[in-house]
Amino acid sequence: MIEQSDAAPNALKSPKPDLGLALSLGLRLLSFGPLLILVLLVVVISLLTPHFLRPGNISNIMSQTAVIAIVAIGQHLVILTRGIDLSVGANLALATVIGGLLFRVVDSAELVMLAMLLSGAAIGAVNGLVYVFGRLPHPFIITLATLSICRGLALELAIGHTTMRGMPEAIAAIGGGASLGIPNSFFVVLGVAALILVMAKAMVWGRWTYAVGGKPEAAMQMGIPVKWVLVSTYIISGLCCGVGAIVLAGRTEASSPLYGNLLELDTIAAVIIGGASFLGGRGHIGHALIGAVMIGVIRNALNLLNVDVFFQMIAIGLIIVLAVESDVLRNHLEARVRVMQSAKTQ
Amino acid sequence: MSAASQGPVLAVRHAQKRFGAVHALADVSLEAYRGEVLALLGDNGAGKSTLIKCISGVHTLDEGAIELDGERTAFHSPAAARRAGIETVYQDLALFDNLTPAQNFYCGREISFPSWLPRGLRFLDRAAMDREAAVVIERLRVRLPRLDAPVALMSGGQRQAVAVARASVFARKVVILDEPTAALGLRESRKVLDLIGRLRDEGNAVILITHNMEHVVELANRAVVLRQGRKVGELKPDRSNQQDLVSMIVGAEL
Repeated sequence: MIEQSDAAPNALKSPKPDLGLALSLGLRLLSFGPLLILVLLVVVISLLTPHFLRPGNISNIMSQTAVIAIVAIGQHLVILTRGIDLSVGANLALATVIGGLLFRVVDSAELVMLAMLLSGAAIGAVNGLVYVFGRLPHPFIITLATLSICRGLALELAIGHTTMRGMPEAIAAIGGGASLGIPNSFFVVLGVAALILVMAKAMVWGRWTYAVGGKPEAAMQMGIPVKWVLVSTYIISGLCCGVGAIVLAGRTEASSPLYGNLLELDTIAAVIIGGASFLGGRGHIGHALIGAVMIGVIRNALNLLNVDVFFQMIAIGLIIVLAVESDVLRNHLEARVRVMQSAKTQ
Repeated sequence: MSAASQGPVLAVRHAQKRFGAVHALADVSLEAYRGEVLALLGDNGAGKSTLIKCISGVHTLDEGAIELDGERTAFHSPAAARRAGIETVYQDLALFDNLTPAQNFYCGREISFPSWLPRGLRFLDRAAMDREAAVVIERLRVRLPRLDAPVALMSGGQRQAVAVARASVFARKVVILDEPTAALGLRESRKVLDLIGRLRDEGNAVILITHNMEHVVELANRAVVLRQGRKVGELKPDRSNQQDLVSMIVGAEL
């Protein structure tokens, strides 16, 4: 076999350069796929309906997407460690109810926000601690249980078992106000995203999170505190529910035990559609954000185009299948690259 | 050179380990010296894996002692053994497919700052880790397609090389390799063997578990043979006694 030793050392070399090039191109395309699809979607929709790109509608999409985006950021950390958090929607609802009840006692935006954040984080901590120290095989069951518990607790606690009106002004401004023509909730999304981005990419904690998602047994061998890394991702996911609760309660100036219905599906869909791997270890904050915006854009566009709401669910379901299949395709292409690498050595 | 470096860097004394009714290690002793490759041989179930797991902190001995540079030690976790300078490359490699070679090298012992924060909350010094990893890869002459791609894109031999090179970053005393060539083709095996030779030349004590007698004869300074949890022989392997080694392993009469 001819050695191509003089080719650029940082390019994928192979005895059949065409195949190698095609494979690495394919992998690259897959990694940019979700963003390309989003851009394509925006172009097509704006051609179909001129209303779509109007500033009013854009800011509408932003504020409608904010809650999904914030909670999806937490969800993506959990999925990164091969987990899942089914409790996010109910967790968020419970947080708004606790905030709403506190608001009836004290008119303090700070205290109400703190209560919502603590409620969210506490439920996240329960998820993480029971999953890890209760030695459950998978977080599916415990987060399913807290979904039920939180929803029930929120309904039980809410006065009249339904929506309670009223939120402190500052919270209403965060959820519903705008600065420089941009919804404030958009800045909240940016803030949460920036914080988690720094934690995930620049801090040791983030590296550990990727390691735990990549190979939990190896992470254990390497002395990484796997259990605490797992617990921390569920706490952060819960905290994100708390932030989402502030935004949603602020926008509607109300709290409700019915909020966040099916939010777990929206956020999981956002993370997967955005391009993170359901198998763990692969994904970044951009995936969660792209996925959340994609869901927002599809819902908005189908509304503008007067398409039936049921079709929106079908459309999002189809896109999830597409996203999961491209994850499978990516794994397949990577296996081909591996085989090529060893063929080159022989 | 201190006096300690003249004696064995690692010594196992009268090791005993039982799992229920199974006597996995029965009075096994061995010594490993710097700059030498010690082959650990034996059929499946002979106790090789148990022995290296005791040395690398996965199991603890029931009786007996492990001495590092003449000092008696007891490791209660793999991380503790690693901190003491014993690196182990397991058969499943313990590599993170989603991380790059440099990220794999430093996973669990990242170079980070500031030191007054708890470890998990520190910031990564990525430039330093990339730089040092590149130096090690260069020094060991490991050839990888690229340093900034996850190891998922690498062949079995390249992954094995990354795992062995990772061990060399931190090993200050002992490197244990569990069948490093078992899953590799001829050419890739060759490269890994060369790499093991370089680890030895850098002054590590290398403990090599393998079933390949050719590799033992070629690379090992000494060979210790286990059978049914007992040490049944120790010799300097060469072409002439290769057959004796095999007999010892399977327990046949000479």
